[in-house]
Amino acid sequence: MTDTIKSLAALLAEGKTSSVELSQDYLARIERLNPALNAFVTVDAEKTLLDAAAADARRASGNAGPLTGVPIAHKDIFCAEGWLTTCGSKMLSNFVSPYDAHVIEQFKAAGMPCLGKTNMDEFAMGSSNETSYYGPVRNPWDTDRVPGGSSGGSAAAVAGRLAPAATGTDTGGSIRQPAALTGITGLKPTYGVVSRYGMIAFASSLDQAGPMAQTAEDCALLLNVMAGFDPRDSTSLEREKEDYARDLNQPLAGLRIGLPREFFGAGLTGDTARAVEEAINQLKKLGAQTVEVGLPNSNLSVAAYYVLAPAEASSNLSRFDGVRYGYRTPEYRDLTDMYEKTRAEGFGPEVKRRIMIGAYVLSHGYYDAYYLQAQKLRRLIAQDFVEAFKQCDVILGPTAPTTAFKLGEKTADPVEMYLSDIYTIAVNLAGLPGMSLPCGFDAQGLPIGLQLIGDYFAEARMLGVAHQYQLASDWHTRAPAL
Amino acid sequence: MQWETVIGLEVHSQLSTKTKIFSGASTAFGAEPNRQACQVDLALPGVLPVLNKGAVERAIKFGLAIGAKLNRTNIFDRKNYFYPDLPKGYQISQFTLPIVEAGELTVQVGEGDKAVAKTVRITRAHLEEDAGKSLHEDFHGMTGIDLNRAGTPLLEIVSEPDMRSAKEAVAYAKALHTLVTWIGICDGNMQEGSFRVDANVSVRPLGQAEYGTRREIKNLNSFKFLEQAINYEVRWQIEQIEDGHQIQQATVLFDPDTGETRVMRTKEDAHDYRYFPDPDLLPVKLEEDWIEQVRATLPELPQQKQARYQADLGLSAYDASVLTSGKWTADYFEEMLASAGESQAKACANWVTGGLAAYLNQMANSPDQCLVTPGQAAGVVRRVADGTINGKIAKEIFDALWKGEGMDADQIIEAKGLKQVSDAGAIELIIDDVLAANAKSVEEFRSGKEKAFNALVGQVMKASKGKANPAQVNELLKKKLGAG
Repeated sequence: MTDTIKSLAALLAEGKTSSVELSQDYLARIERLNPALNAFVTVDAEKTLLDAAAADARRASGNAGPLTGVPIAHKDIFCAEGWLTTCGSKMLSNFVSPYDAHVIEQFKAAGMPCLGKTNMDEFAMGSSNETSYYGPVRNPWDTDRVPGGSSGGSAAAVAGRLAPAATGTDTGGSIRQPAALTGITGLKPTYGVVSRYGMIAFASSLDQAGPMAQTAEDCALLLNVMAGFDPRDSTSLEREKEDYARDLNQPLAGLRIGLPREFFGAGLTGDTARAVEEAINQLKKLGAQTVEVGLPNSNLSVAAYYVLAPAEASSNLSRFDGVRYGYRTPEYRDLTDMYEKTRAEGFGPEVKRRIMIGAYVLSHGYYDAYYLQAQKLRRLIAQDFVEAFKQCDVILGPTAPTTAFKLGEKTADPVEMYLSDIYTIAVNLAGLPGMSLPCGFDAQGLPIGLQLIGDYFAEARMLGVAHQYQLASDWHTRAPAL
Repeated sequence: MQWETVIGLEVHSQLSTKTKIFSGASTAFGAEPNRQACQVDLALPGVLPVLNKGAVERAIKFGLAIGAKLNRTNIFDRKNYFYPDLPKGYQISQFTLPIVEAGELTVQVGEGDKAVAKTVRITRAHLEEDAGKSLHEDFHGMTGIDLNRAGTPLLEIVSEPDMRSAKEAVAYAKALHTLVTWIGICDGNMQEGSFRVDANVSVRPLGQAEYGTRREIKNLNSFKFLEQAINYEVRWQIEQIEDGHQIQQATVLFDPDTGETRVMRTKEDAHDYRYFPDPDLLPVKLEEDWIEQVRATLPELPQQKQARYQADLGLSAYDASVLTSGKWTADYFEEMLASAGESQAKACANWVTGGLAAYLNQMANSPDQCLVTPGQAAGVVRRVADGTINGKIAKEIFDALWKGEGMDADQIIEAKGLKQVSDAGAIELIIDDVLAANAKSVEEFRSGKEKAFNALVGQVMKASKGKANPAQVNELLKKKLGAG
């Protein structure tokens, strides 16, 4: 089961397999491996096979699209009609969505069956998938280790070949960091390329959905499905429909790769530094040249992010009040008691921590010092990238400072955990596209991720660079023994 | 001590869009609970707001109508607080940058010749969404939530503390009500909550520069309650201070049954709303083209009409203000004027502000039920002007028209024989009869009682069935009595 989306689509097109058959194979693998990995919160074989049968019928009637029949798993942050949609929280442990997110609609329209809903950090707040109410996800490369987060379930599902691809969301690195820690390819598009409608909000100005798969090519094909203007999301961008696979075969000769000196400083050591160096050499062999660039404000990105994201989250999560849907405490004296108990019992500690931080930085007397200052930093950080892209076509660096760490290793120290996203967060603050792809393994056999950052709307070019690298390397083809 | 009242009003005016400000659900009033609340209004996980441009256009229209500054960049903020009928846990409003700033409205305070003009400054007007409703009856100790109203567009219009009496506050509120309905941005239905007033009231010793501590009376939904509530509140505040107490800043509710206000919350329980720009909505830019397009849809405004009626038609300020107190009234007047001719402006104005107004008060619930067309009314005025009938008969004809007893004035004059008698000979015959039959009154008049003359005029008019030309009756009677 190491097939890519592209190869599965070819098998379906040639009639060598059916969507039902494929879906059954993946469901069987989920049944066998999910107990150990805990990558899925909800699996519903009946629903999946109904989707698959419909896809086969569509193909038989000659109306198949390029990916019709290829199954995909969805992060449990996307509302999907008739599916339990928990967002990794007890708060939504009983919430069956009455509607589809735009992303889900797009995959339905493409005829891609839903394999299930994948586990995640609660409300996407976490970098290890340990904050999920449904238990931690295990890294398929070493089940004592975390898969990263917050899209840890999607990452583990793809890495463990429980699904050929999955959707993720990325607010500060939640697609790229788990992709790096599990040895897969994941892409966060430019903010506004994929509609956020129906994607449960963490930090609205940073959240962006994207694909997680084995290869850059697969990510391009999946982004073709996901992207598109949606009038229901005011931040969705009205642009010409584009083919994100169009630059896959563009040679790298003349490509200018920017290497931010801030990403290659003292923090980057050992196997990760070596693997990234080797990837750079590989790209140079393919004709690219490197140029040193500066992102002088990037060291402030974690601080700015942990003001802005919690501020938005504290407000976004106010709707979970036990009044209309979701969890409500069984016993309460009055309205205030109901609110307090519902939210005390329904949210986990990391979510509460961020709600409190967010409420604090927005409160009277602190707003200017925190929220407004962080917004200013955000503009400076974005401006750094604008300057950098005057000198280069794509920026390269590590995705994460370390490879997968052990469960429980960083849970005691939130700041240590927050630093897992030190290389990814600036990209969200700037709204740029970024991706992670495998570029080697450390001494313990754990995957290492290479991050590419593109200019606004330069997904196709960035995917082309990644694809050319993957044509010349085989890290992305390696799968854990399960 | 002499006290001065200081009042500022905040008016929530529901904008007349078909759909809500951030969703496609209908804003129609009166549906079954929660049948007009879509997934966005219910704040399901993952839903997002999309701004209704119609609401923005209505706000622009208002800003233009009060000569205000329109902020070219509009930001929507979140006002965070928990309440069961606030589904998202925040209200989308405009905090730092309201769409409308620094306008003014001039209103007539008082009646008739005593009316004086008063200009009230409007600090700001901003767009926001309404909350739902909590229903406490019929749920056996529980509370029902109806989210039909959640997301209804509101324009919150905030005045400066420029009013000095309940009368001024009511005059301003009425003028504002006229304006928003006039320019078609609000249906003005106060029973349905389309126009709700909060009054900030304080008192201070006359001559003191600083304002006193204010209390805010919430959600007044009639002009009568507004006046009662302010008057009660002012008396209460003065009493408190004179008894040696200090006024605590508070939000209060007015109880129409007791006529009193009671504290809802004090400053101590004031929320920290943690305002911040809503990241789900992009800033809205008001391009000049758009503003000009909206300007082109503005009708002639009440104040403009008022000025024109005074300057061109020679009407008094008071008549002009009454005629422009509502779109319906102004339209009626202008249609009538077109038919009767501008020379009859005063007569038309008298008709609309007098007889017609009285009829509508007594016989109809709303102007829509008016049974006499402006053309028919103009016909009556024309016949008074050309001497065919007198003013008293005119009322009778109007009554007949209202009752549907004829198509127009002429038909009724003809059918009922109401034509004015201006034939001196005929009137003299009647006078002779009256004088013969009222020897006592004649005696009284001759002995110096002027009143007796009026009684005799009345008798003559009565004997002529009201048809005699009153001026001629006067003249001839004086002659006969040898007084003239």
